Amino acid sequence: MTRLLLPLAGLVVLAALPGFVSEYGLGLMIGAVTYVTLASAWALFSGYTRYISLATVAFYGTGAYVVAVLNEVLPYPLVLLVAALIGGAMALVVGLSTLRLAGVYFVIFTFGLSELVRQLITWYEVNVTGTLGRYIFLDISARGIYWQMLALAAVTIGLTAWIHRRPLGLALRVVGDDETVAAHSGINLARTKLIAFVLSSVILTLAGAIVSPRWVYVEPSIVFNPTVSFLTVIMALLGGANRLVGPALGAVPLFLTFEWLSANFPDTYSIFMGLLFIGVVFALPEGVLAGVDRLRARKLRAAA
Amino acid sequence: MTDLIVDNARKDFGGLRAVNDVSFTLGSGEIAGLLGPNGSGKTTLINLISGALPPSAGRIALGSVQLSGRRPDLIARAGVARTFQLVRTLPSLTLIENVMITAVFGSSSHWGSAARRVAEEALATVGLADRANAAAADLTYIDQKRLELARAIAAEPKVLLLDEWLAGLNPTELQEGIELIRSLTRSGISILMVEHIMDAVRALCPRVLVMNSGRLIADEATGAALSDPAVIAAYLGEDEDA
Amino acid sequence: MLTTLILGLVLGGTYALLALGLTLQYGIARIMNLAYGELTLIAAFVVVAAFQAAGIPPLAALIAVVPAGYALGWVLYTVMMRPLVARSESRGRLEIDSILATFGLLFLIQGVLLVSFGANFTSISYLDRGVNVFGVSVALNRLIAFGICVVAAGALIWALARTRWGLVMRAVALTPGSAPLVGIDVNRVARQGFALGTALAAAGGVSVAMYQTFSATGGVVFTMKALVIVIMGGVGNVAGALIAGLALGLIETFVSTTIDPGLTMAATFLIFLIVLLWRPQGLFGRG
Repeated sequence: MTRLLLPLAGLVVLAALPGFVSEYGLGLMIGAVTYVTLASAWALFSGYTRYISLATVAFYGTGAYVVAVLNEVLPYPLVLLVAALIGGAMALVVGLSTLRLAGVYFVIFTFGLSELVRQLITWYEVNVTGTLGRYIFLDISARGIYWQMLALAAVTIGLTAWIHRRPLGLALRVVGDDETVAAHSGINLARTKLIAFVLSSVILTLAGAIVSPRWVYVEPSIVFNPTVSFLTVIMALLGGANRLVGPALGAVPLFLTFEWLSANFPDTYSIFMGLLFIGVVFALPEGVLAGVDRLRARKLRAAA
Repeated sequence: MTDLIVDNARKDFGGLRAVNDVSFTLGSGEIAGLLGPNGSGKTTLINLISGALPPSAGRIALGSVQLSGRRPDLIARAGVARTFQLVRTLPSLTLIENVMITAVFGSSSHWGSAARRVAEEALATVGLADRANAAAADLTYIDQKRLELARAIAAEPKVLLLDEWLAGLNPTELQEGIELIRSLTRSGISILMVEHIMDAVRALCPRVLVMNSGRLIADEATGAALSDPAVIAAYLGEDEDA
Repeated sequence: MLTTLILGLVLGGTYALLALGLTLQYGIARIMNLAYGELTLIAAFVVVAAFQAAGIPPLAALIAVVPAGYALGWVLYTVMMRPLVARSESRGRLEIDSILATFGLLFLIQGVLLVSFGANFTSISYLDRGVNVFGVSVALNRLIAFGICVVAAGALIWALARTRWGLVMRAVALTPGSAPLVGIDVNRVARQGFALGTALAAAGGVSVAMYQTFSATGGVVFTMKALVIVIMGGVGNVAGALIAGLALGLIETFVSTTIDPGLTMAATFLIFLIVLLWRPQGLFGRG
């Protein structure tokens, strides 16, 4: 019971926080929780299977764009539903065409996917609707966005924990270790990967949809910013992509670092982030949490 | 009726015919050795049966269930389990998890305590019960082999394909291994084992299939096969090459 | 129609050159280099800067840029890739590590380019006069760019097919595991392959600078196109990459002249999808 109680209490505290912080602080909290959601959702698929997805922003941006297009046409809950469906459908197309094959095809496909979606939407807006930018007028306060995103983050981590205890979770871990063994043990490789990828992508899309009212003005080059995909991967890796709270642990400090860098070094932050990323890949390939475990194990051995 | 029926199975790699129209039937509960010099097509045949490779022609079936042309996971679910020539364990999983996967995803689809019980029994069978929660990455070579066999057993298979499972064991371990396989046949599993260790083949298999250059050149009682001139020639030919 | 064909071949020449470099890096050095397009852009920006600031013609810059690309590739492999190769026990692990490391490199180089050259689109007008080719007027700079691609690709294909060095390269590409058995230093060959791939990226960058408009954030598109070409041609298949590169250039030029220039990425992806669904081993690979 305490295993459930502690996270729930934490969630209540986090939900009550907006009453005590400034507008600027709330903005930071929304950003941090958004990246917790993105990194956790990314890890839900890529963390266990080790299929690196570089397309986070393709889904995130699509979510935002769906809201921009539909916010004056449909009621908000329906807009979210449509966004989720579109994100899921995109993931199905990507997954069905690449997940039967070696992992590198998947990486390549996701690598160019956000650029593809961005160009397609730009082309459509310019040639069909004749406008490039769109406005989002939704009566949702910053607090409302924060609570929605917090709920989505909680659902994502809860879902990951639940899957971890289900056959699907076991199957995903086996796939990540050795696909040949997985197949000969009776695991349907394509279906296992596809389910996890679609779930992960739907959450990424919803995150974009929920946060979109913060932008007010939306155009493809703003919402399909490749830095989002980049940050998501490095956050999950830093914390430990195959741990339940690893991605969340990596997301918060890196988001704050990133905010500070982009405020103080707007021109060079991309260089810093590139260096940091390479540093993580070299120094902490399994993430901070695994590093801590190893250190603890070494201490235990030394004590014994 | 759960005979393993291999009917004119064939596999071509480009211009090379690695398995050339091989036919045999392995009866329910039967154990047979699969012999032949290196490169004669034994592992390819195992790969065809288990679905790692699709046959270029021919038919493979387990009783009335067609196996050839199906995905390896479906073949596993139909009741075919295998080990690998180069041992393959899952390093990031614990031993019990390594074994549990076939109980969960194999033919019987156990979950929860049922799956754990099947896995524990399989671990006990191979003598690894006391290390169920250890990480598979830390195992010695022989223990990895044991673990792989436990994983195959936990699938509760009808047919077990062993690809040189006894290779690389020292004399004591070899005796243990032979006893282990013998105990499996008592439980009614059919076993087809690729093996180079003749003592083990003599001890376990009343019948052997001998392959050379992709063809099945002998399918007879073990004693007869080992004095069959064609079989001896195939092995001697290899010696001259090597 | 003839115009489309010629412009398509010129564009395809550049793509083929880029793809050749990438297929060397992936096929021989086993590094999946996501920062490949950024390496191309470095060369392109250097050529433009040299032309604008010092009036150095791109053809002269080529002589310096390509060896510099080789040197940069050599250093990158030694400092960054070699440690990854050394710590990976399996091919899969190296693939993931190299993808992640070069993904970081991509943003690093992009940041440096943005700081050095800004975010605007850049182009130069160099030898921008029409030349009559089969009755079609083609800008001279495009023809020279095509010439660079033909010469560089031709030399590479000849060297791979006819020299002892090429034999060693192909041996490592086919069976890296057994190459040491015949006395091949795989590490050295991999470093050469990676460096040579970077040199080709640089040559491609010079060719891009001569006739295209580009910006510091556009590297992804070059990498993506090169990757799709490599897969179309079959990984490690040099002739396949050449044909696939020319084909992609033709298709893209056709799409941009008859349908819309904004849909070239969509065309690339459509081709990629068709290849994945129909022949994932490559159009010219053996299946």
